[in-house]
Amino acid sequence: MGDGKIVAAALAPHPPHLVYAENPPQNEPVSECGWENLRWAYERMRANLDQLDYDVIVILSPHWQTYIGTHFLGLEKFKSLSVDPVFPNLFRYHYDIDVDVELARAIHDEAAAEGLAVKMMENPDFRVDYGTITSCHLTRPQWDKPIVCISSNRSRQYYSVEVMQEMTAQLGRATARAIEKSGKRAVVLASNSLSHRHFVTESDVPEDMSKEHISSHHLYLWDMKMIELLRSGRTKEAHDLMPEFTEQAMSETDGGGLTWLLAALDYPKYEAIVHGYGTIIGTGNAIIEWPCHAQEERE
Amino acid sequence: MSGEVVMSAVVPVHPHPLLAAEQNKGWKNLASAYEELRQRIIASGAETLVIYSTTWASIIGHQLINDPNPNWTLVDDDFHDLGSMPYDFPVDVEFANTWNDANEKRGLTSRCINYFGFPIDVGSVVAVSLLNPDNRIPVSIVSSNVYSNRAETIVLAKSCLDAIEKTGRKVAVICAMSLSNRMFTEPIEPKDDHIHSLKDDEWNRKILEFLGQGRLEDVAQLSRQIHSQVRVQKVVSFKPMWFLSGVNGQNNNLIGEVLAYEPLHGAGGAVVHLLPDPNRTGDKEYDEDNVEYYPGDRDVLDNDGKAQDEDGENSDSQDSGEAESAEGIVAGKDAGLIFSDSAPKPVGAYPHARKVGDLLYLSGVGPRQAGSDEIPGGATKNGSGQSQEYDIKAQTRACIENVKTILEAAGSSLDKAQDITVFLIDMERDFSGYNEVYSEYFTAIGATRTTLAITALPTPIAVEMKVIALS
Repeated sequence: MGDGKIVAAALAPHPPHLVYAENPPQNEPVSECGWENLRWAYERMRANLDQLDYDVIVILSPHWQTYIGTHFLGLEKFKSLSVDPVFPNLFRYHYDIDVDVELARAIHDEAAAEGLAVKMMENPDFRVDYGTITSCHLTRPQWDKPIVCISSNRSRQYYSVEVMQEMTAQLGRATARAIEKSGKRAVVLASNSLSHRHFVTESDVPEDMSKEHISSHHLYLWDMKMIELLRSGRTKEAHDLMPEFTEQAMSETDGGGLTWLLAALDYPKYEAIVHGYGTIIGTGNAIIEWPCHAQEERE
Repeated sequence: MSGEVVMSAVVPVHPHPLLAAEQNKGWKNLASAYEELRQRIIASGAETLVIYSTTWASIIGHQLINDPNPNWTLVDDDFHDLGSMPYDFPVDVEFANTWNDANEKRGLTSRCINYFGFPIDVGSVVAVSLLNPDNRIPVSIVSSNVYSNRAETIVLAKSCLDAIEKTGRKVAVICAMSLSNRMFTEPIEPKDDHIHSLKDDEWNRKILEFLGQGRLEDVAQLSRQIHSQVRVQKVVSFKPMWFLSGVNGQNNNLIGEVLAYEPLHGAGGAVVHLLPDPNRTGDKEYDEDNVEYYPGDRDVLDNDGKAQDEDGENSDSQDSGEAESAEGIVAGKDAGLIFSDSAPKPVGAYPHARKVGDLLYLSGVGPRQAGSDEIPGGATKNGSGQSQEYDIKAQTRACIENVKTILEAAGSSLDKAQDITVFLIDMERDFSGYNEVYSEYFTAIGATRTTLAITALPTPIAVEMKVIALS
């Protein structure tokens, strides 16, 4: 086996608000509208991905938080109800997920060989985190691709952002190797927002867009700085800046997703496609695609 | 009614005592301590179990479960290999609703949660499973807000006390929390479990020494230091001691007993029993404010309530908070608390006004200017505390203008003033000047009035007015 590849990758944030605003049949709450700039951005990314032939979605979500290494969903099927613990009024989603356990275990084994602490999650009662569900739904609402779900090792909270960087970059490289060995074509998703300071109150009508804006200007500046580096192919600089960005912007990059993704792509130097940027309850969110397949064709 | 906190307790959040007690002597010891605590709860006559759990993090204020019967099967994110935790327990819905109302009246953002499948957190599930396995006592669970500070957490505790008083419940308060919370970052054999470091162990023992002596408020006042010393940077810091001390009156008048202290994958887990002791007068240090309501301090939702400076730009206000609307009514509208950016900042824990029915009750209003605190006509004393000349007419005019500002912020107006009480620090010197200015404003309005001479006011001003008006 071999010749597997990452055909596309994306920063694919997971605010449940976007699913809520879309009113898919799986979600119980009903909305009028909302956050269209980000939802249309996801639509544009979906259109691009629909042009690709791929086998699996590999995702790292900051809302499966593990403190004892990195964990992987290790059963083929998960079907249940996900209720967002913070926004249960917006997200009560009935999910039915297929897992590519073979690839999950392959990444697990590659990471273990690197010396990382890893574990397969094989408890059938386990509830899949809403971040994974939201990002996967918004990326592929048909749910016709199996996923590999990787937990967020909260090493940043135990050591430092720098340690998190090293560990998740190592995991990213292991992920890329495992995909290559598997012979599968994968779309890789980092499910996190950028700046992450929430409002602490919610409008009576959650989708009231007159209330939506970034929490503070300095967070916006940080978001723009990071986006500019990503879109212009300066991803190594973005990686190097990540610790400061994570702390200054209270960014959800603390979960390691973006670091992991950039390492898995070996720090792409080509331009990324910024499909959109917007705020959700004060946090900064960008939907950014790395069209690896197109780059390969150019080369 | 005569509700009360009949006992309090600290319990760990990890699932090991519930799911794997037999695998480790310490975990079994904790399970035995839970059982001892369970029996003490029954003996206490508690009618409701209040649980504050650090593993239920919220962002939109505080959340309270009011689903009458939460049921699900929980699996821990990390320790999923230890097994599943089915839960099915009764909630004291009346208590939760009353607490939620009390939160709003004290200015907190708060909401009740009643959705099937809502993920009850691991700390709460372990506590309920081991302390209330026969569902003998209904439960009330509150979240730990990731952004809340000490003031917000203390006010949450006081709201809980409001609910206890209103419902008449006898309540056992449980804090589900770790002491040191640094776990090993790799799997370990159960037999190898120990506290992650000597430093963590020493701090844990110091905390438990205090709690064993019933010095709850002392631990609460050490919370920030404890957090910086033995807690990893999780979103919820060492807040539960603020809450627990808050519901116990913020004092050290308790009888404490440490029933168990053991490692849980490196973190410190303890079962502690605390009984109120009205006969004790434990020493304590009051080094922080005893806050009564929460006016907010974040100003992040919208800018409607912001004042305009001379350049027409928005300027931040320290005291209005994000919850203030253009009408000057803070979140928790039922509370009717009124704040205005354009009025002088209160010098204590009170709003500018409070709406009750059709009436507006204004707090005492002086002449200080909003933002600058300048006193038109000059202060009555200089910086050295020596008396100095001032202009009572200018102070009176500024005072009335501030009253007018607050009334308008509340949607009323000066001509709706009904009853006015005026306080003068020097009746003989100031009555005439004050009366002259007063008459310019109020002759046509005809509000009733009482003028009193007093010895002093909190700031160096000569006049203050207390007003009741129609809203």
